[in-house]
Amino acid sequence: MAETSPNAPIAPTFWSKASDLPLIPIGLLLIVFIIPAFFAQWIAPHDPYVPNLGARLQPPVFFGGTWEYALGTDRLGRDILSRILHGAWYVLAVSMIGIAVGVVVGTTLGLVAGYARGWFDGLVMRLVDISLALPAMLLALALAAAIGASFLSVVVVVGFALWAYFARQVRAEVLLLRNSDFVARSQVAGASHVRILFRHILPNVTNTVVVLATLQVGIAIMLDASLSFLGIGIPRPTPTWGLLVSDGRDFIATDWWISFFPGLAILLTVMSANMLGDWLRERLDPRQRQI
Amino acid sequence: MLLYLTRRIASSLFALLVISVIVFLLSHLSGSPVDALLPDDATQEQVDSFIREWGLDKPLWQQYLTFLGNALQGDFGTSLKWPGEDAMGFVLDRMPATLKLGGLAILISVVIALPLGIAAAVYKGSPIDSLAQVFALLGQSMPNFWLGIILIWVFSVWLGWLPTSGTGTFAHSILPAIAIAWFQVSALARLTRSSMLEVLDAEYIKLARVKGVSETQVIWKHALRNAAVVPLTYFGILAASILTGSVVIETVFSWPGMGWVAIEAIRGRDFPVVQAVIIAYAVIYMLSNLVVDLLYVVVDPRIRHG
Amino acid sequence: MTQSQDAPLLEVKDLRVEISTKAGSFFPVNGHSFSVRSGETLGIVGESGSGKSMTAMSLVRLLPKHAARITQGSIKLNGRELLSLSEAEMRKVRGSEIAMILQDPQTSLNPAFTAGQQISEALRLHSPGPRSTLRARAIDALRKVKVAAPEHRVDNYPSELSGGMRQRVVGAIAISCEPKIIIADEPTTSLDVTVQAQYLRLLSELQQETGMGIIFITHDFGIVANLCHKIVVMYFGRIVESGTVERIFARPAHPYTEALIGAVPKLRGHKGRLRTIEGQPPIPTEPLSGCPFAPRCEKADNRCFNELPPTVDADGDGEHLASCWRVLEQ
Repeated sequence: MAETSPNAPIAPTFWSKASDLPLIPIGLLLIVFIIPAFFAQWIAPHDPYVPNLGARLQPPVFFGGTWEYALGTDRLGRDILSRILHGAWYVLAVSMIGIAVGVVVGTTLGLVAGYARGWFDGLVMRLVDISLALPAMLLALALAAAIGASFLSVVVVVGFALWAYFARQVRAEVLLLRNSDFVARSQVAGASHVRILFRHILPNVTNTVVVLATLQVGIAIMLDASLSFLGIGIPRPTPTWGLLVSDGRDFIATDWWISFFPGLAILLTVMSANMLGDWLRERLDPRQRQI
Repeated sequence: MLLYLTRRIASSLFALLVISVIVFLLSHLSGSPVDALLPDDATQEQVDSFIREWGLDKPLWQQYLTFLGNALQGDFGTSLKWPGEDAMGFVLDRMPATLKLGGLAILISVVIALPLGIAAAVYKGSPIDSLAQVFALLGQSMPNFWLGIILIWVFSVWLGWLPTSGTGTFAHSILPAIAIAWFQVSALARLTRSSMLEVLDAEYIKLARVKGVSETQVIWKHALRNAAVVPLTYFGILAASILTGSVVIETVFSWPGMGWVAIEAIRGRDFPVVQAVIIAYAVIYMLSNLVVDLLYVVVDPRIRHG
Repeated sequence: MTQSQDAPLLEVKDLRVEISTKAGSFFPVNGHSFSVRSGETLGIVGESGSGKSMTAMSLVRLLPKHAARITQGSIKLNGRELLSLSEAEMRKVRGSEIAMILQDPQTSLNPAFTAGQQISEALRLHSPGPRSTLRARAIDALRKVKVAAPEHRVDNYPSELSGGMRQRVVGAIAISCEPKIIIADEPTTSLDVTVQAQYLRLLSELQQETGMGIIFITHDFGIVANLCHKIVVMYFGRIVESGTVERIFARPAHPYTEALIGAVPKLRGHKGRLRTIEGQPPIPTEPLSGCPFAPRCEKADNRCFNELPPTVDADGDGEHLASCWRVLEQ
């Protein structure tokens, strides 16, 4: 029991305040993003890949179209709704794996740097500075030019764009924690460094990491969408949302729905994720401001 | 203060060095740099002279030094997609277009975001504040390329007020600049609001009022001067986002700047130009950060004298 | 001057401030009446949260917007009613006729401007003049508050000054326009004892030179004894006792005053042990009958809990008032 005491207050304060869950963003996120991501193949009304030239450029329902193609069809007669639903999975996978990469790399480096100090800390902080100073888009361009765009390259870019935020924040917290009583007690009790780091310090930075990760969901999705819009994300024919917007770009004057609805999906998802992140931040970590 | 600036410059140069290493290594990732950097139909003679010129027969670290030496002279080789064009020269030709767009975007963000953030803080809890919050949320969640397309749809196609794409007149730059600025407005307004709220609570604001200073002066002189420090730190990030934004938005509006060149070069697998673009972007970015550091010194006397 | 020497400089009558919160509204300043003559120092004493600072801010009409407002009473400065002035007219009073010294010297100077800029801003607003004379007058003000090398200090930013020095700059801002009244809101709490003493001595010297009235807000009865002529003791938004410093120290009429005096260490004529007052003031938004101090009062009886005590003349000569049932019984 004594071991968990430093982080004991966290859980109760969280759950006691969780009664005012932000239902609208959670609902939106489920409807637009999460449910489609996992169940697209059962709920999508049409095949997202196979052209159907008989149904080319159907407008959305209420704009002269039918419920058959509720959000209209593209130049090849593919159902926009089905393409958005199927695209959700890739958006989810890229952003989640990308964030996971950022969390693991950033948290580990931040933990060790803050705990060990010395030259390693210096090195990590320099890398953080550079990483924050380097627009992720540049790396994406370079990677795409060198090895071509792929699922992997997008994940690398997202992870690269995010790890430094985790490293910086975690390190700052570790610096505060390593001087606290419970760390000193463990050291006196003869606990190994690894044990102190992962059993004692890590649980105390989880809140920060969770809040930061939630706030990064929007950034990750946006980055993924921008890359696929530019044609340096997951390659065709995968219907990622950015690519879908890009598909309708030249036809906005006549067939606006091709770009409009995929963009709306991005907007709603990112907005809900941001609202959820803000809510979590207020609940879990009121000290932390905009990062 | 000199020490502070020297440190900032040194760390910028170090970052540039790291970027040059990354760019250099990437040209080797795809296999032989000969394939990446020379056209497919190059003759054996061209290949040989290329290998000699870039030292490709030497160890990797020597190759890097050669690359760095050439890069310092602005030599990134010749474009593959636009034959005969010097890679860096081609990029530099496009730079003014990008800077113009970026400058206009920064102007728009500041002109809208500062008053909005200040108003939201001063009239905290009022409809203006709620409006600013909704605006901020929308701004941070809207993909800029999509916004660009919607702007074209509304203002060019539907209302017919502004041209859809291309360059030439000032009117051409309005929509792309708004599309780039949009995200920044919300971020900047949000930051201004929170830092303004903090400052308005300070004792020295109370003292100013007690002295008989008018409310307008309290806000614009006493509060803003201090509150501006925080948004200013954000200008570094702002520059990065605007550069990133320009890559995307130039593509949307076919604006012939560096971003457009970058994407075209990648599509044409024109690695010399890609390298040149990345380095050029990085340099612009580092310079704008240095300008921010200088501004910071001007605004905050604690740094000037510390 | 048509007014006699004896007419008060500042006269506050039946002043009431209302604060509205979601939990309900209450009066942090409830029916205050007091006056300050030229050359006189009035001490307003009470625990934190008793409404002292709210009283100070209401005198210059700088209450938190929306939340608080003055609902009744009168504030007369040299016979002129301040509550009926427009905001623009009131701005001319602030800083020039009534100046204020705020609590914390660390934070009450604007870090972005030099000491000189901050002093001359007040001067410029209230008695404009060319830039060069403004600077000279700022240096002069610094000299008056005994800042060493004022010609150099005038160009320093707050971050380059020590805490005591900053406090003097705040003082220089206050006296620069030669105000008739200075309100000092716990001006020394964050300074160390020596600096505190120097600063307080400086204030009384300035007062003797200029004849200004001082309102001194503090929780520390020790400071009051040395500095003030008259005392107003506040508890829970009400004045519970008022009178001359000699009378109140000699014969405190209200148990709360007695307890506050008891809380001062080593005060002449008081050999009791250092005491703190047990308990907390009531919650302001909750309805209350009876004396607000009753729950903490050692002498409280049934009536104290049920009926609000009236203000009575403790010594029978109008110089010493108190709101306590015990006084009536004596």
